[in-house]
Amino acid sequence: MNDANQTDALLRARGVSKSFPGVKALQEVDFTVRAGEVHALMGENGAGKSTLIKVLTGVYRRDSGEIHLGDNLIDPRTPDEAQRMGISTVYQEVNLVPYLSVAENICLGRQRTRLGLLKWKEIRDRAEKALARLGVELDVTETLANNSIAIQQLVAIARALDTSARLLILDEPTSSLDEGEVERLFSIMRKLKADGLGIIFVTHFLDQVYAVSDRITVLHNGQLVGEYPAASLPRVQLISKMMGKELSELDLSRGRDDRAVASSLRAPLLELKGVSRNNAIKPIDLQIGAGEIVGLAGLLGSGRTETARIVFGLDPAETGEILLDGKPVQLNSALDAISHKLGFCPEDRKLEGIIPNLSVRENIVLAMQAGQGWLKYLSRARQNEIAEEFIRALNIKTPSPDQAIRLLSGGNQQKVILARWLASRPRLLILDEPTRGIDVGAKLEIEKLMAKLTTEGMAILFISSDLEEMVRNSHRVAVLRDRQKVAELSREQISEANIMHAIAATEVK
Amino acid sequence: MSAKPANFSSAWSSLKWPALALALVLAFNLFLTPGFFHLTFRDGRVYGSLVDIINRGAPVILLSLGMTLVIATGGVDLSVGAVMAITGAIAAVLITKNVSSLLVIIGLPLVISIIAGAWNGALVGFIGVPPIVATLILMVAGRGVAQLLTNGQITFHNETFAYIARGHCLGLPFPITLVVVAFFVLLIATQKTAAGLFIAATGDNELASRCAGLHTRRVKLFVYVVCGFCAGVAGLIPAADIQQADATHAGEWLELDSILATVIGGTALTGGRFSLGGSLLGALLIQTVTTTILTRGVPSQLTLVVKALVVVSVCLLQSDKFRTFTLAAARMNRKAVTE
Repeated sequence: MNDANQTDALLRARGVSKSFPGVKALQEVDFTVRAGEVHALMGENGAGKSTLIKVLTGVYRRDSGEIHLGDNLIDPRTPDEAQRMGISTVYQEVNLVPYLSVAENICLGRQRTRLGLLKWKEIRDRAEKALARLGVELDVTETLANNSIAIQQLVAIARALDTSARLLILDEPTSSLDEGEVERLFSIMRKLKADGLGIIFVTHFLDQVYAVSDRITVLHNGQLVGEYPAASLPRVQLISKMMGKELSELDLSRGRDDRAVASSLRAPLLELKGVSRNNAIKPIDLQIGAGEIVGLAGLLGSGRTETARIVFGLDPAETGEILLDGKPVQLNSALDAISHKLGFCPEDRKLEGIIPNLSVRENIVLAMQAGQGWLKYLSRARQNEIAEEFIRALNIKTPSPDQAIRLLSGGNQQKVILARWLASRPRLLILDEPTRGIDVGAKLEIEKLMAKLTTEGMAILFISSDLEEMVRNSHRVAVLRDRQKVAELSREQISEANIMHAIAATEVK
Repeated sequence: MSAKPANFSSAWSSLKWPALALALVLAFNLFLTPGFFHLTFRDGRVYGSLVDIINRGAPVILLSLGMTLVIATGGVDLSVGAVMAITGAIAAVLITKNVSSLLVIIGLPLVISIIAGAWNGALVGFIGVPPIVATLILMVAGRGVAQLLTNGQITFHNETFAYIARGHCLGLPFPITLVVVAFFVLLIATQKTAAGLFIAATGDNELASRCAGLHTRRVKLFVYVVCGFCAGVAGLIPAADIQQADATHAGEWLELDSILATVIGGTALTGGRFSLGGSLLGALLIQTVTTTILTRGVPSQLTLVVKALVVVSVCLLQSDKFRTFTLAAARMNRKAVTE
C-alpha cells in the first residue's frame, strides 16, 4: 500500500485482534476504507467479518491494535458512541419501530424539543431531507409498518445517515430484497459514494459484490487474506481466498478410488423434482441413491442448509415433488421425515442439536423414541444398552451415559447427535457441517463412520464448507450458488478446483 | 447395573433441599409444639396435625403437580385458581338445579377444566402466545365466568358431594386419597412412558426437540390439559367442604402457591428437568409452615412474612452459587480468625 492511499483513507485499522474464550476471532487484521468507495468485506463462517464490524461499531472492544477514523485514533465503547464519531450501521434485520411514523423512526432519540415539547415540523423536515439525500420521496407521516421491507431498509439507511455519518456499514442489506429493490439500493449506494461516504458492504451474494464494490477485503479464520481491487480479482480467485486456499496449491486429485460405485446402477432412494421454497432455494433437482454420499457445496447462504431443511420437513417445500423410492411423499414435519427413515444432524449443534441438560443416554434415544411414539417407552435397561452400544461404537468420551450432554466436548456432543440418528436406523442421513468446531481426531472418526455407513447401504447428504473434506468423502457433488443448483459433478469430476469454478460460474473442466 | 445408583443420586439431589427444609420445620414442631405429632384413632379414622396438613394442603399439592409439568416445558399457568373457581361454581349450579347424578356433578366440571386447559395449551403451543399472557387471559376471564355462573356465591347442601372433602377412605380424609392417586398416576405417566422425556426435552431446548422429531406443540397442549384437569379436581374440594361456591375467593392466590411449591421442589422456571416428588415436598412445606404458624398462635398478620422467609431460605439453599459463596466466605472468616 502506498502513501497516497494512506492519506485519503477514511478508516484505517491496524493489527486489530480480538479473542473470546477458546477462540481467536481476529488476529492482527489490517483493514482500510477510503472515502468515496464501496468496500466489500468477504469471508465464510468464522472468518471474523462480524467480529470486525462489531469492533468498529463499538459492540465489542478490541484487545489490541489501532483504529483511525480520519486523523483521529478512535476507541468506540458503544454503538451510540461509534455513531457520534461518524460510523453508522444498518443491520440485516431492520432495527426500527414498526408502529411509529417514518419521520419518528428517522429522528427517534435525536428530536429537538422546545420547552419539553417535540417540534414536529422540524422532525418532518429533517426526515424528508434525510430521505432526499437518498433520492427517495416518501410520506414521512405514514406508519413505518405500512411500507415494504425495501422501503423500511431505506428508512433505516436514512436514519443511519441522519447523523453526520462518514462511514456507513451495510450488513447483509439485500437478503430480503427482490432484484429491482436491490438495484435501487445499489444506485443509492453509488450516489452516497459520490458524496464522499465510505461504505462497507457485507453480503453472501457474489454477483452483488462485483456489481457495486470498488475493493474487496477477504478474511479467513480471523486473519486477513488480503485487499484487492474488485476489477482485478477474478471470481474464482475470490472464492479460493474465502476458502483459505490458493488456486495454485489446490488438490487436483480425484479423491480416493475405494468408494463404492454401485450406487449409479440403482434407482435413487430420494429424488427432488423442482423443489423450491421462497427465500430458501430456487427449484432444484437432486437424486441420492442408497450407499451414496452426495455433497452439497457452495458458499454460506447459497441454499445448502435450506435444501437440507426442506428434505427433512423442517421448512416444507412450496413447489415441486419429493420422491422416496419413486413414490411422492409429504414431508411437513421432522416426524414425517423420521417416519420415512430420514435423519438430520443440524449445522447449529447448540441451538438445534443437543438437549443440554438431558443425559447422553436421553439425547441418544430421543429421535428413536419420537419415532415410536410416547406410549412405547424404551425401558431404562434398553436405553442404557443402546446408549452404551453407541458410546462404544463411536468412541464417545463420557464418564457415564447419565452425564448431561452439555458437559461433553464439541466433538463428543456431535457424536452423540450422530448416535441419536444412527439409533433410529435411517436410510438417508443429512449431515450439515458435521465436523465444524470439533478436533481433528473426532473429524477423522466421523469421516470413517460415513464411509462405513454407506457400505451398509445408507445414503448420506453431506454439507461442508471444507472443500478437502467434500472432495475426500463425496461420490457426487451438487454445487449451489445464490440459492440455485448450478452444477453437478460426477465422481470423476470432483476436485477442489472444479467445485470452485462451478461456484464462480466459470467453466468446469 | 450402574444406572440404578446414578438415578437414585440424581433423584436425591433434586429432593435434598426441600426435604431438609421440611424436616427442619417438623423438628421445630417436635420440640416446641406439643402434640404436633400426636395421632388419634377414632371410629377407624386417623386424626392429628400431620393428617390435617396433607388434607388442607391437598388443593395446592394437586395444583403443583400439574404446574410442575407446565413449568417443565418452560411455561407457567396462572389460570389454575380461576379454573378452581369455575369447577366449584359449575358443581354448585348443578346441585342447586337439582341434578341428582353425582357423575354429572363431578364429571361436567372436570370436562370443563380439561377444555380450559386445552384453551391455554392451544394459545401457547399452536398460536404462540407467551404463557404468562395466554394464561392471564383465563385467570381474569375465568373468575368472571365463575361470578356469572354463581352471581357471586351459591350455598347448597349435598351430603354425597361433601364426601370429596369430608369423606374418609382407608381411615384418611378423602382429599389425601386424591393426592396420592394423582401423584402416582402422574409419576407413572411421566416415568413409564416417554411423556416425561418429551416434556423435559421440550422445555430444555424446544428447537432441538423439534429437529429430533418431537411434536413440541402437542407436548405443550398435553401439559396444559393435565394442569387444567388437576385444577378442576382441586376446585371441587373447597366447594364440597364448605358447601359453597365462592367465585371471588375460591382458589385465590393458589396459582402463586403452586408455582412456589414447584420452584422450591427443584423444577427451574426456565424448563427442562422436573421433579414431581420435589413439588409434592414443596407444597407440603408451604402447608406445614402455615399450619405451624397457626397452631403456635403467631399473629395471623405475620403468616405471609414468615412463609416468605422460609421460601427465600430454601431457594437460597438450592442455589449452587449461593452455597459456594457462603462456604467461601465462611472459610475466609475462619482464616481471618485463626491468623
